[in-house]
Amino acid sequence: MRTPRLLALVAAASATVPLAACGGGDSDSATTAADKITVNASDTECKVASSESDAGTVTFAIANKGNKVTEFYVYAPGDRVMGEVENIAPGLSRELIVELTAGAYETACKPGMIGKGIRNGFKVSGSAAPLTEDAKLAQAATDYQRYVQSQTGALIDKTTEFVTAVKGGDAEKAKALFPVARTYWERIEPVAEIFGNLDPAIDGREGDQEPGQEFTGFHKIEKDLWVTKDISKSGPTADKLLVDVQKIVDEANKAALSPVQLANGAKELLDEVATGKITGEEDRYSHTDLWDFAANVEGSRAAIAALRPALEEKDAALVKTLDERFASTEAALEKHRSGDGWQLHNQLSEADLKVLSDQINALAEPISKVAGLVAGK
Amino acid sequence: MQRRKVIGLAGAGVLGAAVAGTVALRGDERAPVTAAADATPFYGERQAGIVTPAQDRLHFVAFDVITKDRGALVDMLESWTAAAARMTAGLEAGTMGAVGGIPESPPDDTGEALGLPASGLTLTIGFGPSLFDKRFGLAAKKPAALADLPPFPGDTIDPKISGGDICIQACAHDPQVAVHAIRNLARLGMGVVSVRWSQLGFGRTSSTSTSQATPRNLFGFKDGTANLKAEEPALLDDHLWVRDGDGPGWMTGGSYLVTRKIRMIVETWDRTSLGEQEEIVGRTKGSGAPLTGSGEFDEPDFAALDESGEPVIAKVAHVRLAHPTQNAGARLLRRGYNFVDGSDGLGRLDAGLFFMAYQRDPRRQFVPIQTKLARQDVMNEYLRHVSSGLFACPPGLPAADDFWGRSLFA
Repeated sequence: MRTPRLLALVAAASATVPLAACGGGDSDSATTAADKITVNASDTECKVASSESDAGTVTFAIANKGNKVTEFYVYAPGDRVMGEVENIAPGLSRELIVELTAGAYETACKPGMIGKGIRNGFKVSGSAAPLTEDAKLAQAATDYQRYVQSQTGALIDKTTEFVTAVKGGDAEKAKALFPVARTYWERIEPVAEIFGNLDPAIDGREGDQEPGQEFTGFHKIEKDLWVTKDISKSGPTADKLLVDVQKIVDEANKAALSPVQLANGAKELLDEVATGKITGEEDRYSHTDLWDFAANVEGSRAAIAALRPALEEKDAALVKTLDERFASTEAALEKHRSGDGWQLHNQLSEADLKVLSDQINALAEPISKVAGLVAGK
Repeated sequence: MQRRKVIGLAGAGVLGAAVAGTVALRGDERAPVTAAADATPFYGERQAGIVTPAQDRLHFVAFDVITKDRGALVDMLESWTAAAARMTAGLEAGTMGAVGGIPESPPDDTGEALGLPASGLTLTIGFGPSLFDKRFGLAAKKPAALADLPPFPGDTIDPKISGGDICIQACAHDPQVAVHAIRNLARLGMGVVSVRWSQLGFGRTSSTSTSQATPRNLFGFKDGTANLKAEEPALLDDHLWVRDGDGPGWMTGGSYLVTRKIRMIVETWDRTSLGEQEEIVGRTKGSGAPLTGSGEFDEPDFAALDESGEPVIAKVAHVRLAHPTQNAGARLLRRGYNFVDGSDGLGRLDAGLFFMAYQRDPRRQFVPIQTKLARQDVMNEYLRHVSSGLFACPPGLPAADDFWGRSLFA
């Protein structure tokens, strides 16, 4: 279970409304596009006269006051070069004229043409195109919806099988189906839990409940199977689980997610892993956390896959990094395969868990940049 | 117990004649210690944070490199250098900052240092022996002086909190600033490095400048009296800075850092009589003067005997065993910090000294000194060495056309 993320809803609201010009209205501080922005570059400093501009043609006048040959760049996110001037010898000045749309950029002086250079932020303001105009992003939402529907279909099937096994008293079969049914849930959980109050009923752990709320859902049956070892009375809980899952499935199948929601979902799935599955908190009784872990990563990958065409246009280097890091994470997890499934969480050593934790950190950092990119500001 | 036999109950030690003349330059008018808000320059011939007057707070981290991609590691070192130059100047880690970016993006600075001045922050990088294995083709550049430290008698070293491929020492007057720096570097390094172990420290246990009063360690004693100091350039050249010809060129102008986390069993120490504490250390607790002197900076007289013909400063006293005259002139620039990391589950504080020492060659300096201490120091009864680290800290970056590790990875 996850605590509801109100931000997902806020992102939905802001992403589908055409954006007004942000900031940049002060005539005192902003440089108009017609003025030149001086840059005083030395061996250890890069003093850019203004950190803001209106959209359009921006001219920088760079003076090299240092002892080393330097260069000047304007970067979009991901170190994508918008404009550059190289080979500015000591004592000389050069100009850079660059066309910039609204967004957040960085300027950089690179004395000796080595390293990351000395960077400063540079904000360009103006009206941004509404996201709905971007065909690739609209397609992303449609593609992802297809994925959600495939997962919810399987979720209903497998949960029905699971519930049938529980009510039929077949504990072994129920135990085998428990992590399998949950896989379809965990792949799309952030989507499902946008529809709020059913998530605790389906996926709450013992102790997560509000006063007056009953402990129900997957984890209650998990406890009956693995701890109490008695499912003779679990029938009503199983029935309720199926009813609740069907309700969420109905909502999820209708949902049209915005690109920012997709991006946030991809990140939140990895946060789930970091906070619940690496620690073994999710499936306390069965220790089947690695099934959930794999499902969360798969779900994150599916959200990014839907966004891929749009992302490749905006930051191809980031897409490459994401590919590499997904592959690396999956390879690290693959070491813990057991038959068709996975080792139990309590079979992994601390060293094993640290490797997985490092992989998740390595993947989640670049994923967290996707939302900003698709927001297009 | 061996200790009691050797020292005996401390009678009032007879203080012999104070020995005139000390090594530290006293009596000069020195400028007061830099105000806490000031920034320490990042660029220079030497890395900052070595002879910089010791700041009050430490956050130290050792990383494992978890990538096989040499290019990714070099890229990270470039990003780290840019971020370090910014943070030591009191700027945020990234150009958008904690609150200056768009709402859909996570900030590129974590924000807890917003509104805090630079606070004298220094960031010092070091490379551990393990980095020079097969992974990145650095074996030919490994200095002989970076040989693994030997095990010392009595060590209880935990490998999980020892060693490391790369370390960063963050020192500042404000712990929040030191923590912020390490946290943001760790974040920038995700996917390339992973935190292996880290240590917070307070109350610097050494002066690295004659302008600083000698602070106290958790035994209550002044610590760092006879330390290499910034104002002694000839001694620094002999004992601290790596010289041309000492080893591979990339380390010339750098220094080697040894870290030892030393747990102090403070509960038993605190029950020990004042006289015995002073006998163990070889100095008086209040002034820090050697038992044979009257002023803190008096040179100890190891030949002085008391009325019963016993040495005033015991043969196994800490100050004697560690002293340069007893160790072929070996001196260290110590720059350690106190630590209290919660408690040990047995009703005792997990407290001690995070010992840090910079030197030109650990084989000739730390190793012989520690060998002697480990074998003979009566203080050992109260100490446990639980972690060990050794790092080669390269020379400084003269300007922004360089980055951490550039000459090593060239």
